[in-house]
Amino acid sequence: MGYSFPEEVLEHVLSFIDSDSDRNSVSLVCKSWHDIERWCRRRLFVGNCYAVSPAIAIRRFPELRSVSLKGKPHFADFNLVPHEWGGYAYPWIAAFAKAYPWLEELRLKRMVVSDEALELIAKKFKNFRVLVMYSCEGFSTDGLATIAANCRNLKELDLSESEVDDVSGNWLSQFPDSYTSLESLNITSLSSEIRFSALERLVGRCPNLKTLKLSHSVPLDLLPNLLQKAPQLVELGSGLHTKEVHPDLYSKLAGAFSGCKGLKRLCGLQDVVPSYLPTLYPICVGLTSLNLSDAPIQCPELIKLVSQCQNLQRLWVLDYIEDTGLNALAESCKDLRELRVFPSDPFGQEPNVSLTEQGLVSVSAGCPKLHSVLYFCRRMSNVALSTIARNRPNLTHFRLCIIERFRPDYITLEPLDVGFGAIVEHCKDLKRLSLSGLLTDRVFEYIGSHGKKLEMLSLAFAGDSDLGLHHVLSGCKSLRKLEIRDCPFGDKALLANAAKLETMRSLWMSACQVSYRACKLLGQKMPRLNVEVIAEQGHPDSSPDEYPVEKLYIYRTVSGPRSDMPSFVWTMDKNSALSSS
Amino acid sequence: MDSGLSSLGGGSGGACGGGSSTNESVTTVSKVEVVEQMSTEASSYPGEAELELGLGLSLGTGGGGGGGGLVKPKQPSSAWGEYGRILTAKDFPSVLSNASSTAPRFSNSSAGPVSGTKRAADSAVSQEVGSATAASQVVGWPPIRAYRMNSLVNQAKALAAEDDKADSENDKFKDTLKKKPYTGSNKNNSTVKEKGHLGFVKVNMDGLPIGRKVDLDAHACYETLAQTLEDMFFRHNTTMPPIRSDVEKGQSTNLSKLLDGSSEFVLTYEDKEGDWMLVGDVPWGMFLSTVKRLRIMRTSEANGLAPRFQERSERQRSKPI
Repeated sequence: MGYSFPEEVLEHVLSFIDSDSDRNSVSLVCKSWHDIERWCRRRLFVGNCYAVSPAIAIRRFPELRSVSLKGKPHFADFNLVPHEWGGYAYPWIAAFAKAYPWLEELRLKRMVVSDEALELIAKKFKNFRVLVMYSCEGFSTDGLATIAANCRNLKELDLSESEVDDVSGNWLSQFPDSYTSLESLNITSLSSEIRFSALERLVGRCPNLKTLKLSHSVPLDLLPNLLQKAPQLVELGSGLHTKEVHPDLYSKLAGAFSGCKGLKRLCGLQDVVPSYLPTLYPICVGLTSLNLSDAPIQCPELIKLVSQCQNLQRLWVLDYIEDTGLNALAESCKDLRELRVFPSDPFGQEPNVSLTEQGLVSVSAGCPKLHSVLYFCRRMSNVALSTIARNRPNLTHFRLCIIERFRPDYITLEPLDVGFGAIVEHCKDLKRLSLSGLLTDRVFEYIGSHGKKLEMLSLAFAGDSDLGLHHVLSGCKSLRKLEIRDCPFGDKALLANAAKLETMRSLWMSACQVSYRACKLLGQKMPRLNVEVIAEQGHPDSSPDEYPVEKLYIYRTVSGPRSDMPSFVWTMDKNSALSSS
Repeated sequence: MDSGLSSLGGGSGGACGGGSSTNESVTTVSKVEVVEQMSTEASSYPGEAELELGLGLSLGTGGGGGGGGLVKPKQPSSAWGEYGRILTAKDFPSVLSNASSTAPRFSNSSAGPVSGTKRAADSAVSQEVGSATAASQVVGWPPIRAYRMNSLVNQAKALAAEDDKADSENDKFKDTLKKKPYTGSNKNNSTVKEKGHLGFVKVNMDGLPIGRKVDLDAHACYETLAQTLEDMFFRHNTTMPPIRSDVEKGQSTNLSKLLDGSSEFVLTYEDKEGDWMLVGDVPWGMFLSTVKRLRIMRTSEANGLAPRFQERSERQRSKPI
């Protein structure tokens, strides 16, 4: 197929196309477009680091500048994935070090990153700019020190929620005096004391610093100085703890906050003393994002704060906000897009605050742009869920966690099938859903029939039989990630929908009833799936084949079984014989 | 395995209480869809076992059959029987769902290969209405990330530290308690009283959705505590709205002491390590320093509760087989 304009023109056109799926479509047009596209692709997203090998990625895309990788399954966040399961970043980084000397950005999520890996990054990529390690582990402040000392063009260093071995806080001093390019720093997860003088100097000499998120150990009296050096900040995260209330400090802080006229996002506020909250009032109107989920602020102060944030788009808060606070939110924050309410006492057996389903109903009624919800509460009803669904058909993310398992509708004592059914029926663009409460197979019937755009579904302690799982696997056309724990789903639905699994990124099932035999069968018949059986109690061969496996992780892959499995993980491959026990 | 599904036909509608009639009408309508869906899907299975999802037929009749409750599938000869069975004796505490007519029980999901969540066999009417579940006993539930839990712990600590000026003294007291064997002295009591926030602990009783609080500081020994609790729960029950009449009945027939094991109920507590213990095994002072909350548990469920010094590993090694 000939055409009259040169490759460079096509490349130039393609440079305006960022979306991965569009680029994938371009590469399917014809062989030459495939070739041109792959040479000019600069960003790669790998949703499961075991779905493809570094070698395959490098072979296909020789000129990447930015890579995102995700490792462990989502349920690792809740300690359901054993500690040494995998997700190692080193092999990727080592391969990139050879293939992409001009790599600029690495974004890693739920991966194990060693100090050696960090050292490679520091020394092998001359123009390295962005390092994001979200919920990672395996490295220490020594690794950070190497990064600080060597990455002269680093713009962003983000360690959100990562577990860092905090050897010392001195790593921050490793940024040379000549280093001025920092734009975003997130070290909230570090617990050791950092040298504030070093931090202050760093902040002072980086004029483009827009995001500064610090650990809660920053004492309040140092914050005003910091803010004065960085009035251009857009995003701030800081604890505000102080031993006593100083009128002096109060006015200093108030002045410093007022000086940050561009501040749009605020988080942290751990240990904040309520009497200091008014220092924030002047900036409230400019805030679009407020994360108070670490702050022990009670309802009255929360109401005062939130009522002034008329431009708020995102609110994360503890359930101290209570229904009355959510009513106030619904009245004041008409631009709200995302709400997350976390429990302040998740293991308490009684409610410690007056937060019920009513709060969510209010917000759903009052905030027309609300599309993303994560809500922990202790009771729910079908009528409330139906109301929410009718109020907010534009919901795209809906995650409800009723803290106690198997809670039925508190009014009728029926399962919450109908309520969640209303959600999937009315919210036609729903992409992500997490269920809780008492649920039978019927809810899965609804989800299968209506959840056509559903991409991620999280289930726990729900359903009655394989039929539930079957509804989901056969009905949810867009499903990419399914994670299930403690549901009575077994072999039938899984085997009946084996082909579906190749259209999804991954399936996690733990504490279900999938037998070892079924796993072997799947592994044997589906070579493009890795069927990983996790069995910490011993090799599954030592139990009869009908026994259920503890945990099962199935994902599609083009690179075959992985080679870095720990001793308690087995991949069922085509050699898995069906043994009769 | 195949026959296991067929017996699920009975009552998976999960309707509780009075909801069954509504469920029936809804399910009859959907039953047809379900069957049709099943018959088309059944043929797409690539593998060997014959798909019997046509069983969807009977799955819709949850309201009518089985007394409206969830019916435990009759286990066929296969090994499912063993694993569907709910663990009770060795696992503590058995988990009862609050205000629900089903009483699902399940093991800690990290405890061995079996972890199904089959519901109890009882029909809706005779379901126990237990106190709130010990949610903290299940790994990863509620689904809160570790760093957030740490943050909550830090907050709680900070609040406690603010309330309590003698915090450093109490830390020393705790260290002392750990290092020295118990000497039987009453020295511990006076120091403990300084911890203002220890005073009230929550008390829940099986069968009652609403718990109470008791001030431990007001007691110097187990007897007075037990007496107070008996007064609170067994004599003043008119102030609490029990959900089922059999609960009231249960209460009124039991007035024996909670501590001597002769009553239908037994007094237990959760210690700082999350373990549930029988109250009365350890010296009072030691109890005060480790108790987090109390629970008046039905004696039938208290079997297997570890006395203080039983090997933990013994419990963990217990398997369902």
